[in-house]
Amino acid sequence: MSNHKIRVELPQHLRTLAGLTGNNEIFVEVVGDATQRALLDALEARYPALRGTIREHGKLKRRAFLRFFACETDISHESPDAPLPEAVASGREVFLILGAIAGG
Amino acid sequence: MSQVRVLVGTKKGAFVLAADGKRENWQVSGPHFGGWEIYHLKGSPADPNRIYASQSSSWFGQIVQRSDDGGATWNPVNNKFAYEGTPGTHQWYDGTPHPWEFKRVWHFEPSLTDPDSVYAGIEDAALFQSKDGGISWTELSGLRGHGTGPEWQPGAGGMCLHTVILDPEDANRIYIAISAAGAFRSDDAGQSWKPINRGLYSKYIPNPTAEVGHCVHHIAMHPTRPGVLFMQKHWDVMRSDDAGDNWRDISGNLPTDFGFAIDVHPHESETLFVVPIKSDSEHYPPEGKLRVYRSRSGGEEWEPLTRGLPQENCYVNVLRDAMAIDRLDDCGVYFGTTGGQVYASTNSGDSWSPIVRDLPAVLSVEVQTIP
Repeated sequence: MSNHKIRVELPQHLRTLAGLTGNNEIFVEVVGDATQRALLDALEARYPALRGTIREHGKLKRRAFLRFFACETDISHESPDAPLPEAVASGREVFLILGAIAGG
Repeated sequence: MSQVRVLVGTKKGAFVLAADGKRENWQVSGPHFGGWEIYHLKGSPADPNRIYASQSSSWFGQIVQRSDDGGATWNPVNNKFAYEGTPGTHQWYDGTPHPWEFKRVWHFEPSLTDPDSVYAGIEDAALFQSKDGGISWTELSGLRGHGTGPEWQPGAGGMCLHTVILDPEDANRIYIAISAAGAFRSDDAGQSWKPINRGLYSKYIPNPTAEVGHCVHHIAMHPTRPGVLFMQKHWDVMRSDDAGDNWRDISGNLPTDFGFAIDVHPHESETLFVVPIKSDSEHYPPEGKLRVYRSRSGGEEWEPLTRGLPQENCYVNVLRDAMAIDRLDDCGVYFGTTGGQVYASTNSGDSWSPIVRDLPAVLSVEVQTIP
């Protein structure tokens, strides 16, 4: 079974909630297939305060005002079980979680 | 000397205002959770260092924060509020069925005796309880399931359970209020519920005297007379002397009986405070004058309290959970405005001064009296 060390960038509010300081990206270890679901499961397991903030509790649906980007592409609507781009799985590119730029 | 701690929830964070019993010099800490909406914070009567805070945003949803040191530090606890069983539907604004969906916590009500026990009133309206300090939450589903739930409809601000009152003399008795369903009472610690809206008259609903459907804005109870309740409804200030079984209008000479906040003096059970707001389409004080009205006769006769409050060009609102009263002998009354001011009176409302003037819009104000 392969291990992946995936680079993740969180919105500032979620960094604070997770108790992270600074603006650097974080590394999340994913065991097995590198999918969006596996990555977010691993992220929430490492930072339990993030549960329910990126995906809704229950159905684990992406929250409406958040988007996932990788390799300069919006992959928000990809299946959560589809493989992440190889560049993300291998750690060359970052998995970016972005809040919609809206509201006051 | 006693201390008071005023807990302020705003559109962009939480603030803790602390002073000794003289309440002259205030220490302001915050913003805590800067940038997030803080609908409500409330301390445990059993342990003033235990405070629960509702933190939310449209982007990231609901967070529940807990402090065990009086608001100096905070830790997130469980934010999962799962309706019991299949949630079913309530009515949407247009009268069509709409599935129950969790949106946010409007109000925390800690137990009177156990700091780990706390109730949460949420939108879409339901009552949850934690018995482990917020580590887990369970719905008291008898409320939504008592029969009228499918008839409930949201108010303009959403279908929120915003008021939870625990009877200090009867641990089994709980009152709650929902916009726009009305008031409900449980006499068995939240297992079963009944609507308590007899006497309410709401001309804007198809049946103005319906069992449910009334837009109750807030309810207050005096702790030594838990059967006497005071209500600020959408329109009308109301009173019940029989634990909500019957209500009567006590609006009397108020300049308008629309408003949100209502509270009771801790030492004078017939002394009430409201902040009249012009109308449901103009959420600001009449004539641009910010006036608290006090009744010392249990309603009907009201006097305006204006000293220290702006009496011209004031167009702020005072929301339902944004008024609180401390328990000191010369009781302090506090309220926050959507303009970011938190006003305090240390003489039962005779005069007022701002503790802070330029916070984000204030959503809630609670006060802890610490011996």
